[in-house]
Amino acid sequence: MYPKNLFYTDEHEWLDAEGSEGNVGITDFAAKQLGDIVYVELPEKGDIYSKGETFGTIESVKTVSDLYMPVDGEIIDVNVELEESPELVNSSPYEDGWMVKIAIKNEEQVQELMDSDEYHAYVEEQKE
Amino acid sequence: MLEEIGVKNIEDLFQSIPEDLRLKQPLNLPAEKSEIEVLNELGALAAKNISAECCPSFLGAGAYRHYIPTVVANLISRSEFYTAYTPYQPEVSQGTLQALFEYQTMICQLTEMDIANASLYDGASAAAEAVLMADRIQKKRKKIILSAGLHPEYIETIETYLHNLPFKIVKSELAKDGTTDLEALKSAVDADTAAVLIQSPNFFGSIETLDAVKEITASAGALFIVAVAEIYSLGLLNGPGAYGADIVVGEAQSFGNRLNYGGPYLGFITCKDEYKRQLPGRLIGMTNDNRGQAGFVITLSTREQHIRREKATSNICTNEALCATMAAIHMSTMGEEGIKEASLQCLKKTAYAKEQLKKNPKIRFPHSAPVFNEFVIDIGKNGRDVVEKIAKNGVVAGFPLVYYYPERENQLLLAFTEMNSRQDIDRLVSVLGGEL
Amino acid sequence: MIKGRSGLSFTEDLIFNKSCKGAVGYSLPPLDVPDTDASSLVNPKYLRNKPIGLPSVSEVDVVRHFTKLSLWNYGVDYGLYPLGSCTMKYNPKINEVTAAMPGFADIHPYQPYSITQGALELMYNLEKALAEITGFDRVSLHPAAGAHGELVGMMIVRRYLEDQGDPRKKVLIPDSAHGTNPASAAICGYTAVELKSNEHGRLDLKDLEAALDGDVAALMLTNPNTLGVFERNIKEIVRLVHEAGALVYMDGANLNALLGYFKPGENGVDVLHLNLHKTFSTPHGGGGPGSGPVAVAKHLSPYIPKPVIGKKEDGTFYLDYNPPKSIGRVRSFMGNFGILVRAYTYILTNGAEGLKAVAEHAVLNANYIRTKLKGHYHLPYDAETLHEVIFDDKEQEKNHVTTLDIAKRLQDYGYHPPTIYFPLIVHGALMIEPTETESKEEMDGFIEAMIKIADEAKNNPELCKNAPTKPVVGRLDEVGAARNPILRWKPEDKN
Repeated sequence: MYPKNLFYTDEHEWLDAEGSEGNVGITDFAAKQLGDIVYVELPEKGDIYSKGETFGTIESVKTVSDLYMPVDGEIIDVNVELEESPELVNSSPYEDGWMVKIAIKNEEQVQELMDSDEYHAYVEEQKE
Repeated sequence: MLEEIGVKNIEDLFQSIPEDLRLKQPLNLPAEKSEIEVLNELGALAAKNISAECCPSFLGAGAYRHYIPTVVANLISRSEFYTAYTPYQPEVSQGTLQALFEYQTMICQLTEMDIANASLYDGASAAAEAVLMADRIQKKRKKIILSAGLHPEYIETIETYLHNLPFKIVKSELAKDGTTDLEALKSAVDADTAAVLIQSPNFFGSIETLDAVKEITASAGALFIVAVAEIYSLGLLNGPGAYGADIVVGEAQSFGNRLNYGGPYLGFITCKDEYKRQLPGRLIGMTNDNRGQAGFVITLSTREQHIRREKATSNICTNEALCATMAAIHMSTMGEEGIKEASLQCLKKTAYAKEQLKKNPKIRFPHSAPVFNEFVIDIGKNGRDVVEKIAKNGVVAGFPLVYYYPERENQLLLAFTEMNSRQDIDRLVSVLGGEL
Repeated sequence: MIKGRSGLSFTEDLIFNKSCKGAVGYSLPPLDVPDTDASSLVNPKYLRNKPIGLPSVSEVDVVRHFTKLSLWNYGVDYGLYPLGSCTMKYNPKINEVTAAMPGFADIHPYQPYSITQGALELMYNLEKALAEITGFDRVSLHPAAGAHGELVGMMIVRRYLEDQGDPRKKVLIPDSAHGTNPASAAICGYTAVELKSNEHGRLDLKDLEAALDGDVAALMLTNPNTLGVFERNIKEIVRLVHEAGALVYMDGANLNALLGYFKPGENGVDVLHLNLHKTFSTPHGGGGPGSGPVAVAKHLSPYIPKPVIGKKEDGTFYLDYNPPKSIGRVRSFMGNFGILVRAYTYILTNGAEGLKAVAEHAVLNANYIRTKLKGHYHLPYDAETLHEVIFDDKEQEKNHVTTLDIAKRLQDYGYHPPTIYFPLIVHGALMIEPTETESKEEMDGFIEAMIKIADEAKNNPELCKNAPTKPVVGRLDEVGAARNPILRWKPEDKN
């Protein structure tokens, strides 16, 4: 259901950690909850955030949600495609809809995140 | 109906208000009145006020008496416009939405800016919103520079709005000629300056050199905000957008809205396209419906309070939609030619008035900068007293500056529009002359 | 109930596309002063030597254009607006007549007091009437709208606490509150802390007590709240808040239910804002203008915005521009005077008895609708409601028909939808407030339509999902509008 190679937060972000770097985005569960995405506000390269800090926002027509950092990190790349095509988050949340690439500052925190099965169970719980 | 609900009398429906908290006596207000009585009573109050309809007036200072074509009142009295709710259900509100979309466009054309919103309360609160918007854009800079040429009530409003927030407000004084002192401004602007706010024509009537101010703000990375209190000036002058303004705000009451003793008026705010998501208030956008037809909706709503709550770009909800609709009707009726012709009449009547007043050696002109339709005179006597005396003779001889500037106690701010005939102006000159 | 027919509703282009070179809609007298060249009066480089880009149309064009636009609008003069928390009551025409009197509409705010005594007297009398209705010491007529009043109210709270030695940091706001509440608190430098409503929709006293600490400046309370429920523990709520050294701010948006029955000022509320465009019948205008007076208890009176109306010993009125403790001002001039005239006219017309009858009929009407619809729509809260009632789409959602669909289908029956999706604590909220100016017949028509829709949701959901079909446009692409905003017409767009 949810990609096996990713790590998940309880705010529905995913982290694709490859050693000390990784892409971050939101899960398709979150994207469905939000509805058609109209705008994504992303940080600048070089910005540094701690785990749990808001690094941006994502909007549908009638809602706005904060995006939370899965681990301590520095923004090293930003998906500029999302400016023109925010709908990529809906159509391809784990690939073309990636949001930021980070340099992971605290690799231990990656282990604190949920894996695919744990996230699946978490989502089922939320639905009740 | 009571039976269907299942109660004996209406009071039973108020059970949820504890008995001991409910009013025991009727409200201490007069009994209800018939239409005839109400109209008589209100008529008597209205009769105690002297309006510009019967008494030549030369008051400006942020609110102006202009010609309003008769169609404006006629069209805006259509109850489809004035009894309509906010267009949150766009399918049944296309009239209001298209009128406001047209209004937004016209304001952009006049100010030469990219985006305008669907109205704010008035020029003063719009200026405060512009400062808060500049802060959202600049984020780290906390210094705001206000030209001393801003309307004093715009300054007071900004100070009140910012009072509980971590900003530093600095005032930039005027030069002798009545415009903002550019040298002083240059030394005040620094890397901590979020924005510089300047009004043109300013409160004292002087037209500011916006191109020079832009250079100063640009070199420091500060936002360049311009306030326009008399929007008719844009019929004649270039819009501040032509000089690279980042945000332009002001008062559009001059277009189709009567003086109404201070309100309701019509604040406007415009900005460069890149800042549109930081705009306060409602925005109308064009889109298509599910039948392929063009239509209008309130859009970019996630900026607003009902969605973003404490992080909203403003707390504003109700705005001045009907006043904006009136302005759109006014701008359409006067049109390209009419706005230009009226503003030229303002300019030329003001020049004529100045020439006539200059003939009186007791009248001095403290400021030499070019003006649009307002200027300051010094009459060598207490301005408030003279205006009071002249008012009894049926002429309102401008605004005594002593109300806001104790050091200007002998000065009056005079405004002239296309509504002041040559005879009116001659009368003012003669009546003023008689007091000096 | 309205059966379907179509009106004269055709498309109408933007006014810019109707421009015709040489067409004019205005007339001005010829210039009666010397025709000095503009470039000798103003530096020519500042003069606009290009078109402004405004329309060039005739008077007939303007009239036809805006008349056609108006035909697409629903208004209170057309039919019932069951919008919860908006109090869309009938706008009496006498208000329009008094507001248009030249003695009110053509006076400049800076005219000498000697020639505006009538305006000052009206404002003075209106203040007294509003103070009497709400039970407060002073009422400022300064704010231009409800949210503006909330801002002023919270600024007053903060200034008062500053004078007491500590402005504090937080404001408590129920989760059912209108978004303007936290937004206004934020501009005052406060952090908004959410309080949960209990299962009856009221404020939970235990939660309130737990949240009240030395850092809380105020509680922002709407009463009756946005569910239409009266916070009957108001006495205890006030006691708890005051004991913690904080103040009680009341959002008066729902005052329509309290007229002649309950005075917040006599029950411990420190500051209250009013919406003249709700309770006091001034027209909504397509989104404004409104007016949001702020009523304050005696200890807060010194802080109200400037200028403050005063009455001299000789009976004449004046404006005090420098009250020493005033918070300052949040707009130019005194207030939305044109709206004040309308509200004053309304109060004079109704009188003491009339205003009480307003509350009674508002509550009667809402409870009538509640009784008639409760078998057909789910009631999320069982508490008694006053002037408004909330349903949700729990029943209809079983067949995938949402509150949005119900709202759009109601348009096809000739009614404006109720407030939807507010307050946020009710999923799929449908908030209905008929107001007192609806007759039983009008309400029966609305009820009949709502029942038909509930039936359609069960047996013919496509009718709801494809609605509306009757208005000039169908559902609009709000996603597209937000992704690629087109916020103005451009000359290049001219066809």
